[in-house]
Amino acid sequence: MSLTPPFPEHAGALSGPIGPVAGPLEGTAAAAQQDTPPRSLWRLGMQVFLANRLAIIGLVVVVLFLLFCFVGPLVHHTEQIRTDLAQANQPPGAGHLLGTDDVGYDELGRLMVGGQSSLEIGIAAAVMATIIGTLWGAIAGYLGGAVDALMMRVVDTLLAIPGLFLLLLLVAIFTPSVGLLIVVIAFGAWLGPARLVRGETLSLRTREYVQAARMMGGGNRRAILRHITPNAIGTIVVNATFQVADAILTVAALSFLGLGVPPPHADWGNMLSDGTAFTQNGYWWMILPPGLAIVLIVVAFNFLGDALRDAFEVRLRRR
Amino acid sequence: MSGYLVRRFLQSIVVIILVSLVTFALLHLLPGGPARAILGPRATAVQLQRFTAQNGYDRPLFVQFGLWFNQLLHGNLGYSYHLNENVNTLIVDRLPKTLVLMGLSIGVALIIAVPLGIYQARKRNTVGDYILTGFSFVFYAMPSFLLGLLLIIVFSFELPWFSPEAPQSDSLSEILANVNALVLPVTTLALITIAAFSRYTRSSVMENLTQDYVRTAAANGATDGRIIRVHVLRNALIPVVTLLGLSLPALFAGALIVESVFNYPGMGFLFWQEAIVRDYPVLLGVTLVVAVATVVGSLLADIAYAVLDPRVKYT
Repeated sequence: MSLTPPFPEHAGALSGPIGPVAGPLEGTAAAAQQDTPPRSLWRLGMQVFLANRLAIIGLVVVVLFLLFCFVGPLVHHTEQIRTDLAQANQPPGAGHLLGTDDVGYDELGRLMVGGQSSLEIGIAAAVMATIIGTLWGAIAGYLGGAVDALMMRVVDTLLAIPGLFLLLLLVAIFTPSVGLLIVVIAFGAWLGPARLVRGETLSLRTREYVQAARMMGGGNRRAILRHITPNAIGTIVVNATFQVADAILTVAALSFLGLGVPPPHADWGNMLSDGTAFTQNGYWWMILPPGLAIVLIVVAFNFLGDALRDAFEVRLRRR
Repeated sequence: MSGYLVRRFLQSIVVIILVSLVTFALLHLLPGGPARAILGPRATAVQLQRFTAQNGYDRPLFVQFGLWFNQLLHGNLGYSYHLNENVNTLIVDRLPKTLVLMGLSIGVALIIAVPLGIYQARKRNTVGDYILTGFSFVFYAMPSFLLGLLLIIVFSFELPWFSPEAPQSDSLSEILANVNALVLPVTTLALITIAAFSRYTRSSVMENLTQDYVRTAAANGATDGRIIRVHVLRNALIPVVTLLGLSLPALFAGALIVESVFNYPGMGFLFWQEAIVRDYPVLLGVTLVVAVATVVGSLLADIAYAVLDPRVKYT
């Protein structure tokens, strides 16, 4: 039941000079991997991933959004700091492709700038949560015993407080800024990967190659960083992808509630919340574009995550 | 099994104590301490000092924690200086309203999600299944505030069917009587819940359809409908019970957002309003209550699981 992934560097190395030599090493990890050569496993994973139409759609959407948000402002110059009340509440037209909002910002330009914050915070928080969670889970699972019990009780405790409440509480205590939002969202999100990686570690730590590394005098740090973590990479990467989607939703929710990125920064959540005031006026261009952007990017990351899981599970399927 | 339950119960108590420790620590994380938080940014140093001394905030932390925890055990959650009211009174007033919203939504969600999941499992990989899967993907990815907004735009402005605002009343019975105004908030929360529950039911039913007992029943001449109703359903719904317990935190969070979109006078709305003005006693009180509810919910889910599924052995 391993999710052991085809790891690029290892794959290259094993198919090279080590591959043929691995024969006599019966019963070792290298020999165990021989029935399904690592390199083709990696390739097979890629094949499964590329054959998945939803994965391609997800990838294309993510890339398009990155281009839109980070390259778009270079092409479509707009004023996003100074307000222009004479131009407020303009419907979409020639001058402003997606109209303007209630203080005269160009909606299309704001969508780009807002997307930058949403994506930056979402991705940074997901990466941070994944790193902390992975280390926490791997250390707890590898060391076991009292350390494990203590570390996992900490996770249980924080999991008992529903995320949004904890986040609002933290944001209320500290003044929100982009950096703080990343830290706060990561603080609420690392618990999931910690649990997952701990579970994975519990099975990985009994593997022959980990035992062998320990026999040869490898320390705990080496076992965790060089053996456990790389072999749990499938679980970690798949989870990280979903984390990005969740983090983007969380930022949007906090901003919608007025406790997210502070002005004059924009993000898709506070664009939506600005638009709420005008639902009755029928100013759809203030609500639909940011709303659609959030849904699209989140669905795209979810597709990516699902496809990555299938790709990493290739080995399981072939058995 | 009783041994397992006892251990599980003790574990929950430990977690609840730890949660109260965390909330207490958060109170002391506040920049400038509780005195600054309560008296506000314009308070002078002398005022701060006097307040700190009067309320015992200068005593050792463990003494303070002991006193605070003692108050908790006596059911005293603190006092809101902003609303000039007991936090207990506020929560006792607001919590039932939130629970009603959540209960209605879960009820609606279950009534729709379970048949949907069964349908999808039986017709898996057909057009119908794909369409429903697509919908659940979208609703799963859609932030609840966006869904709420869209429902308001469509069903209350474009088509003037339902009220765009939740019932505005202090009494629970008046809220329940105003069905028209409850429709949109409940629908919003239910739709998001349906997305998750129907996926779960689908995979759970699919897993059970491959079991030996299904083949046996089919070989004995049971019809498809009977196999689903009599044999598969009760097995497939066991994990859904667990899911119910585990989705409590998400439901509380969802309720908070739905309440703020529709101005529903529940506990989430209170929490949001007081978060904006940094009314810490209310924030900490509500956090504690929600956390306890979450822990109790997952404990109940575990007990239900143990009772419903005799195959599971606990040691």
